[in-house]
Amino acid sequence: MLKYLAERILYTLPVAFGVSIVCFMLVHIAPGDPLTSVLPPDASAQLQAEMRAIYGFDRPLPVQYGLWVLKVIQGDFGTSIATGRPVAMELSRALGNTLMLAVLATMIGFLFGGLFGFVAGYFRDSWIDRIASLISIIGVSVPHYWLGMVLVIIFSVQLNWLPSTGAGPGGSADWVWDWAHVRHLILPAITMSVIPMGIVARTVRALVADILSQEFITGLRAKGLLDVGVFRHVVKNTAPTALAVMGLQLGYLLGGSILIETVFSWPGTGFLLGQAIFQRDLPLLQGAILALAMIFVVLNLLVDIVQSMLDPRVQRS
Amino acid sequence: MSDDLIHAPAQYQAAFQKSPGYWSGVMRRFRRDPVAMIALCVVLALILMAVFAPLVAPADPYRASMLRRLRPIGTEGFPLGTDELGRDMLSRLIYGGRLSLLMGVTPVFIAFLIGSVIGITAGYLGGKVNSVLMRTIDVFFAFPSVLLAIALSGALGAGIFNGLLSLTVVFIPPIARIAESVTTAVRRIEYVEAARASGASSFTIVRVHVLGNVIGPVFVYATGLISVSLILASGLSFLGLGVKPPEPEWGLMLNTLRNAIYVQPWVAALPGLMIFITSISFNLLSDGLRSAMDLKS
Repeated sequence: MLKYLAERILYTLPVAFGVSIVCFMLVHIAPGDPLTSVLPPDASAQLQAEMRAIYGFDRPLPVQYGLWVLKVIQGDFGTSIATGRPVAMELSRALGNTLMLAVLATMIGFLFGGLFGFVAGYFRDSWIDRIASLISIIGVSVPHYWLGMVLVIIFSVQLNWLPSTGAGPGGSADWVWDWAHVRHLILPAITMSVIPMGIVARTVRALVADILSQEFITGLRAKGLLDVGVFRHVVKNTAPTALAVMGLQLGYLLGGSILIETVFSWPGTGFLLGQAIFQRDLPLLQGAILALAMIFVVLNLLVDIVQSMLDPRVQRS
Repeated sequence: MSDDLIHAPAQYQAAFQKSPGYWSGVMRRFRRDPVAMIALCVVLALILMAVFAPLVAPADPYRASMLRRLRPIGTEGFPLGTDELGRDMLSRLIYGGRLSLLMGVTPVFIAFLIGSVIGITAGYLGGKVNSVLMRTIDVFFAFPSVLLAIALSGALGAGIFNGLLSLTVVFIPPIARIAESVTTAVRRIEYVEAARASGASSFTIVRVHVLGNVIGPVFVYATGLISVSLILASGLSFLGLGVKPPEPEWGLMLNTLRNAIYVQPWVAALPGLMIFITSISFNLLSDGLRSAMDLKS
């Protein structure tokens, strides 16, 4: 176990290094100078040079990278060009909102996806299977930003049951767990849950069908085990992989929340990212991407470790 | 979005066992699959509609009029209503298919070519080359696909070319991974060893034995990515990246019509419906191909 743990962590380090290089390079693949968006067009050459020196853009790339990484490790993600506030501050505020949305969506998606997938795999090729498969293919094919719009049209515009934007009454105030706030969470969370639902349903269906076709199940049945007992074995064999898929889905939702957050004006990292793109605020863009990508890398590592603890067979493969 | 397609399956490895008449068998099984056939017809119809848009569309998709903004579905002369600038929705949806399909399919196609070359090279040569190539691929894999697409096109700025470039980069890693794993598996089969022993050059072995076995499964896998690519491409335009106005494109149309949901909600939802229909058709088509090629077992 320890050896596996060490191997996995050692493997993650170069990946994290590579991810940081990609994020660093984002600012440099951008056309033009990163400063053009802050400086007035008629800024003098001297002012431009001074600003460049202040932001450190006048040094060689590897030096810039080294300095940047040192700062990032200390939690300094730079300063947002648009707001003038530290990127880390903007991010930490937004991250909580996105985390809440993504965790809830993952839970809803896992619950229903697991249920549909399980039933479909258990009663393979029956009409229940067909319906569950249809739901899961719709789940993976629907453009979720559009689904969000449709839900807003139905539940906000037509029925006027739920609010369409924001995370609380009167703008994005601090989150409180009361109905006035939770109402705002319902539509975005349901919209977001459709993605993991389809994927979890597909995975669980394939897993369950595969396990049921294995010989040990026939053996258990021959031994006289009732369906309930067989069921227990199937769940035990499905759970580690399904949980791993769920963990990864949480990562995708955290990283890919931008479209849904834009539709619902949900004040999370995705919305922040959207603003950074719109205002060409490159430090904020870079910081947000780096934070989200690193969370995904760490989550990947955690998922692997948890999965290998639940299912020792994973370590050997 | 089916990130599981991008990030998991190794089942494609088992696909290279062929028998004589393999492709005719695939075709026969595919033709017997009604869902796949319907999906194929829808995809073909969408492509034809996009190609012959000038002949099919009833009106000029760019002609605006402030006098007839946001008419409802079923208005005389405007069967699907008009958009926020008074342009004919039906014509814009028909023309929109051109850019939407182009932006969705092209990245997967280019990534299929580049990713296959990378994957086959890494898989066939193995050793250090494999490590260098595949560890680099791993780095791009470490980003959720939506995030990577948005990071790249966010940094590069809006525009069709930048959008295509970002999406291509997103799809190279998953395709390269599949190509690498299938190639590694093929390389170990005895007849490839036999070919090498009998003096065939690496190029011949790759061309005759590896390519023939690898391209099929990788192609099917790539077709499964088209639906993700379509949703992502339109998503970029929806965010103001990718296609710029006044070009008709489904994601961009959805974006500009967002403010109209209180006036003409169902007109505003139409472009998304088109994305949905296209994406689900490609998904069903890919599923049909996969089961016709028996890639699961």
